[in-house]
Amino acid sequence: MAITPVHVEGIDKGSIMLYALSTCIHCKQTRKLLDELKVAYDYLYVDQLSRSEMDEVLKEMEKVNPRGSFPTLVINNNKVIVGSRLDEIREALLS
Amino acid sequence: MTPDVSENLLDKRHNELIQEAKKSGYNLNPDTVFTRGLVEGLLINANRYGYESCPCRLSLGDKESDLDIICPCDYRDDDLSEYGACFCGLYVSDTIASENLPAPVVPERRPLASERMKKSSSSVPAGGLPFPVYRCKVCGYLCARNNPPEKCPICKAEKERFEIFLR
Ligand code: SF4
Repeated sequence: MAITPVHVEGIDKGSIMLYALSTCIHCKQTRKLLDELKVAYDYLYVDQLSRSEMDEVLKEMEKVNPRGSFPTLVINNNKVIVGSRLDEIREALLS
Repeated sequence: MTPDVSENLLDKRHNELIQEAKKSGYNLNPDTVFTRGLVEGLLINANRYGYESCPCRLSLGDKESDLDIICPCDYRDDDLSEYGACFCGLYVSDTIASENLPAPVVPERRPLASERMKKSSSSVPAGGLPFPVYRCKVCGYLCARNNPPEKCPICKAEKERFEIFLR
């Protein structure tokens, strides 16, 4: 991806990528959980990108979540959690 | 997050939404912190795009393609019936509101962009009606008149959210 996500430092749990919207409370809750778990992760506020960047990121994102909905969390390029399913995220990251 | 929404404005819009919801038989989520977060998102979107599009969905900034996700979105009532909350959790069912339950995670029901393009007309030819029947895509309100109302009397959606249902 040419667009660089924002990196948050923390405990290395592999690659954790969060596609989010800056206006979305569910995305905010997901970020809050990741911060609480103190894991390292990357995130992108897709709504703050330019239209061409947006299209590029959406294309990436829709490969793992065809509905293109937010938040979409991708753990180690294989586990995808859509929506602020906090218990599921916690479980995936603590196991 | 984005500090451009003042507390005052947030209070004002939040109260308006509570009143409007009450008047039309809907409930705003009683979780104030959560709900204010969403109202802030609506106000940020209003500033950005000129309309309050759904804070938890990606707007393209072009009103025509975002019309179905201007709050209240076309999907609110179906989500309320099925899950007890709209996609964002701004509107909740009576049960969730009165028992102060957290809003459930609601899967996205908005059709994919490619499906939204195929504008299928849902109007049924009835033949010989003295007036066409317009349907509010937000709440399903029907009215038989030459043009849709400026605002839906039930859910207050704008005129452009109506479609011809029977003609
Ligand atoms: S009704 Fe709910 S899901 Fe629909 S736009 Fe408003 S906040 Fe979003």
